[in-house]
Amino acid sequence: MYGKGLRALSIATVAAFAVAFGLVFFYAPLDAEQGFLQKIFYLHVPLAIIALCGFVIGGLLAIQHLRTRDSRWDMRSYVAIHMSLIFAVATLITGSIWAKGSWGHWWAWDEPTLVSFLIVFLLYATYQPLRFAIEDPERQSRYASVFAITAGAFVPMNFIAVRLSTAYLHPRVLGSTSNLPGSMGLTFVVCLIAMALLYATLYKYELTAKHTRSQVRALRRKLIGETGMAPRPRSAAPTLHPTSTPATSTAAGASR
Amino acid sequence: MPALEVEGLARHFGEREALSGVSLTLAERQTLVVFGPNGAGKSTLLRILATLLRPHAGSVKVLGSSLPDEAWAARGRLGLLGHEPLLYRELTAQENLRFHARLHDVGEERVAEALEAVAISTRAAEPLRNLSRGMVQRVAVARAVLHEPELLLLDEPYSNLDPAAIELVEPLIGPSCGRTRVICSHDPGGGLAEADAVLGLRNGRVALAANANEVQPSQIAELYR
Amino acid sequence: MRRTVAALLRKELLVELRTLESVPGMSLFAVTTFVVFHFALNRNSVDGDLAAGILWVTLLFAAILGINRLFVADADQGGFDAFLLAPVDRSAMLIAKALTLMAYLLAFEIVAVPAFGLLLLGPSLGAAMPDLLLVLLLGDLGVAVIGTLVAALAVQTRARDLLGPLLALPLLVPIVIGGARASSPLLALGHPTAVPGRWLLTLGLYDLVFGLIAYALFDFLLED
Repeated sequence: MYGKGLRALSIATVAAFAVAFGLVFFYAPLDAEQGFLQKIFYLHVPLAIIALCGFVIGGLLAIQHLRTRDSRWDMRSYVAIHMSLIFAVATLITGSIWAKGSWGHWWAWDEPTLVSFLIVFLLYATYQPLRFAIEDPERQSRYASVFAITAGAFVPMNFIAVRLSTAYLHPRVLGSTSNLPGSMGLTFVVCLIAMALLYATLYKYELTAKHTRSQVRALRRKLIGETGMAPRPRSAAPTLHPTSTPATSTAAGASR
Repeated sequence: MPALEVEGLARHFGEREALSGVSLTLAERQTLVVFGPNGAGKSTLLRILATLLRPHAGSVKVLGSSLPDEAWAARGRLGLLGHEPLLYRELTAQENLRFHARLHDVGEERVAEALEAVAISTRAAEPLRNLSRGMVQRVAVARAVLHEPELLLLDEPYSNLDPAAIELVEPLIGPSCGRTRVICSHDPGGGLAEADAVLGLRNGRVALAANANEVQPSQIAELYR
Repeated sequence: MRRTVAALLRKELLVELRTLESVPGMSLFAVTTFVVFHFALNRNSVDGDLAAGILWVTLLFAAILGINRLFVADADQGGFDAFLLAPVDRSAMLIAKALTLMAYLLAFEIVAVPAFGLLLLGPSLGAAMPDLLLVLLLGDLGVAVIGTLVAALAVQTRARDLLGPLLALPLLVPIVIGGARASSPLLALGHPTAVPGRWLLTLGLYDLVFGLIAYALFDFLLED
């Protein structure tokens, strides 16, 4: 039930990346100042944008969780933030490579976007340790949602604060679309779409995997009975309550 | 109007069902005694009735207010005495009770009355960490009845109390206090004697539900087998 | 509501006066940190950006001490249950705790800021004074609000002393930015210049946004 559309999504992602890479290497012009290295921008910036959007979406999904108390929203929020964290690491790495290539050092404090990003990353890096440190699953979900909403609100505020505080040196490639020559703009947009599709695909994969695992556990519980089950080890991932998975809800009372 | 109306109550902790399909009714001024082995769900049930835990399924009505939506209406009218005294060790008995009085919008005179009723007045100005466990339990009893609740939720209330103390608190939380009571107990003899209705829990389910005069002590012993 | 906040505040301050757990520790920590900075930087006096930075970092870490202890008594001694059983508005706890933390911050700053002026600051503290107070106030407000939210999040977890700071520090970075940038001209060598208004605005806005968020979310942390 959760795997629907996964194949189509994966194919679309691969196709988008193929087109994107084609454009990056053969269509987009070579940057006058930075040369070939500049092309990493097509990877770095979409990663950053998608990661940040993912964090904020995680916060929005968490709001839904607190409103409905349905653990499925918490699972969605968890996966969104989890994925964004991975994308954020990739952003920092690609950003570092770009910085080293352009300015000669691996890190540059002068530019607010990278710095803000680091702070956001440090904050979200505490998400899983926080979840892991709470044993009661309901409380874990609730506290994680509170955190996700607070951190989600923090993302824009942090960027504003840091930008205000430092001299603006980050390469101005996205100031306004008129800055980007048409060919670069097109390439960028395609890359952004490809990255968004990648995120969506990976998100769906992880969500499906978690739901499937939960269903398997529920089925095993029905077959073996409560006493035969090994207790679920402590985990940072949300527990899906069995009756919230549609496939098992009707059969829940059958084995009593 | 019944003091408690519970129908099909369920509560889970992650994948574990702590309570499932629990139903009971309790009339006003009656005493319900809940028996069951450790882990059966007695404390969970009590905490749900105290509005401290949300029910996950089923309907719960405490003193006419349905939980969790109308929990605020029930709150000031019930008193909980659990395993923890819910008192600050660094503060004195008097300061603790005054704090609770302010939270429950109860007058200062009640504090003195309550301290007197549990015979702690002479040591009311000492920090609780200086008092023995039995004395702290007495202050806890005072805390639980300070706001004259209609419903008392007691989790093994007589533990930590010597016979003299039990006699002392009897008019406050015992059978003659005139309030509706739900007691979690491990003492089949004593518990049965106080009960109007009996509920036996095992693994979160109701294994026994009857009026006290219809229950044999052996049935209660069965629960623990 | 006001009555409940007052009752909670009285209880908080009573417990603190009885145990003296937070404020003396925070004050001592701040003064000791100034001494450590003297040795670490090998400087007798600092001014401008450096002074502002040292002041705010020290305030931040001392605040973390207070944040770590904020809900410990309640969590360990059943204070949450007692409050949850009362027929009161639950946001009162957020307000009372934030006010308590604010009081602790102001109290320890009464010791720490003059100590800073004495031990490390080059230019005179008096010249910076009324404006610096305003910056400190706005910064403390933000620390109090975020500190309370984070403290409530961390206290019922297993690694509460570790998670508290880990959660709080990134969230407090904008306050450090605002506070330090705003204080820096006040602590400049020569004659101090006025605070750039936009930093006060930033601090104020940050306080407001997170105040509202904390107010909206706090109840979810208390209940079960």
